[in-house]
Amino acid sequence: MADENKDIDQVTGTDTTGHEWDGIKELNNPLPRWWLWTFYGTVAWGLAYTIAYPAWPLVNSATQGLLGYSTRAEVAERIAEVDARNAEVSERLAAADLSTLAPDDPAHRFGVAGGASVFLANCSQCHGQGAAGVQAAGYPNLLDDAWLWGGTLEEIEYTVRHGIRNETDPDARWSEMPAFGDILSDEEIGQTVEYVLAISGQEHDAAMAEQGMVWFEEQCSACHGVNGEGDRLQGAPTLNDAIWLYGGDRETLTETVTYSRFGVMPAWGERLDEYEIKAVTLYLHQLGGGE
Amino acid sequence: MKQGFLQRHQVLERSPTLLFVFSLLTVSVGGIVEIAPLFYLENTIEEVEGVRPYSPLELAGRDIYIREGCYVCHSQMIRPMRDEVERYGHYSLAAESKYDHPHQWGSKRTGPDLARVGGRYSDAWHVDHLMDPQSVVPESIMPKYAFLADAVIDGERIEDLLRTHRFVGVPYTDEMIAQASADFRVQADPDGDWDGLVERYPGAVVSNFDGQPELTEMDALIAYLQMLGTLVDFSTFTPDPTR
Repeated sequence: MADENKDIDQVTGTDTTGHEWDGIKELNNPLPRWWLWTFYGTVAWGLAYTIAYPAWPLVNSATQGLLGYSTRAEVAERIAEVDARNAEVSERLAAADLSTLAPDDPAHRFGVAGGASVFLANCSQCHGQGAAGVQAAGYPNLLDDAWLWGGTLEEIEYTVRHGIRNETDPDARWSEMPAFGDILSDEEIGQTVEYVLAISGQEHDAAMAEQGMVWFEEQCSACHGVNGEGDRLQGAPTLNDAIWLYGGDRETLTETVTYSRFGVMPAWGERLDEYEIKAVTLYLHQLGGGE
Repeated sequence: MKQGFLQRHQVLERSPTLLFVFSLLTVSVGGIVEIAPLFYLENTIEEVEGVRPYSPLELAGRDIYIREGCYVCHSQMIRPMRDEVERYGHYSLAAESKYDHPHQWGSKRTGPDLARVGGRYSDAWHVDHLMDPQSVVPESIMPKYAFLADAVIDGERIEDLLRTHRFVGVPYTDEMIAQASADFRVQADPDGDWDGLVERYPGAVVSNFDGQPELTEMDALIAYLQMLGTLVDFSTFTPDPTR
């Protein structure tokens, strides 16, 4: 457009684009300088960014960037950094014999605090955030003195490492209660249940319980003990107290005896680091029931 | 000259057809530069040992996972960040979802990431949790999926499902498709003859997942959940930092 064709707006003294609608003309104002330079700046920044960081696809690979940034290297570095910071105490804990580790040892304190995190991330889904378990579904309470497989540091550590009745760890704790629905008649199961109600100090039918004692001694006492005291070597629960894994009422007991129970705990030895296993062991042991 | 050059865009602006064609060309540059190289660049295609196509029952479970919209609240993508790796396990590799059509990476976590949930909990826990999530995790807001345990499935169209996935690139063999129906049933039957299944799908977990005699959607979904993230043995995996 040559100068002589310029159409200057009289009011503002500005050039117009030549567009006109019903006598209204469009002013040809230049872009604000600050806007224009910001725009150029972002373009330059974008180009510089693709040079500094991995970006441009080439024939066989993409450019790696001048700064050598890599997400994988970064996460490895971050993890190594924290591991290095904890190395002294975590290595000490990993190598420690838990039964002789003093409570004021830094490794012990680290274990209890770290174990709480390990518990929340991995164990709380079954055992509850506060480790009180879920009775309706048979996830044991870890706060009380009742232990199925033992509550010493050594026993807890073994259970955490190998789990219970899982298919993945050949050293998992294992026992299997038979489903007595196939072995005893409904009447016999009813009598046995009355006996269990009796020894656990609950309301029961004395006559039935007397007969149930016979079935109990014949069928149950090998694992649960003559008096229902349980056997930790087989993970057989104590039956002569008020603490129940699945529930101690008549209905639940009948279901347990008829169909049996088969609670599974995964093995954590492969998933957790050595010091994490020991940490969560220490944490559980000090919750209240540790032996 | 300069002004003449700047005027040329008016040619495009005054012709809707030309404007459309040139807009399309401009926009497709972005797609071509960002997407096309992913198909040929060697360092974006990482071969990882252990990754295999889904077994028929797992694949059916995956369809239930998609049908129920699990991906709306659960991602399957552990990002390479320390906090995520500490909580969920090794960050996800692209190869781990290479047989996913569509992938379930997700973009939102109302519930936790599930990329490595396999083997983390017992089958019975999954049943309890799917039937009534609040029974085991009181603070959970997940809906109940108890109806899955009542929905009996027979794997009637399972061969077609495998064939469909083969069509989009999953390397199901003729043998896998021929055995699909048998494999589908035997994975939930520990007393059955599942040697062939485990041979065809290494690492497949065989279990009566829901504890019921019938084969239900609950079985299929738990079979799928229990294998998530378990295929790669990370003790033998060395990450290539340039990927």
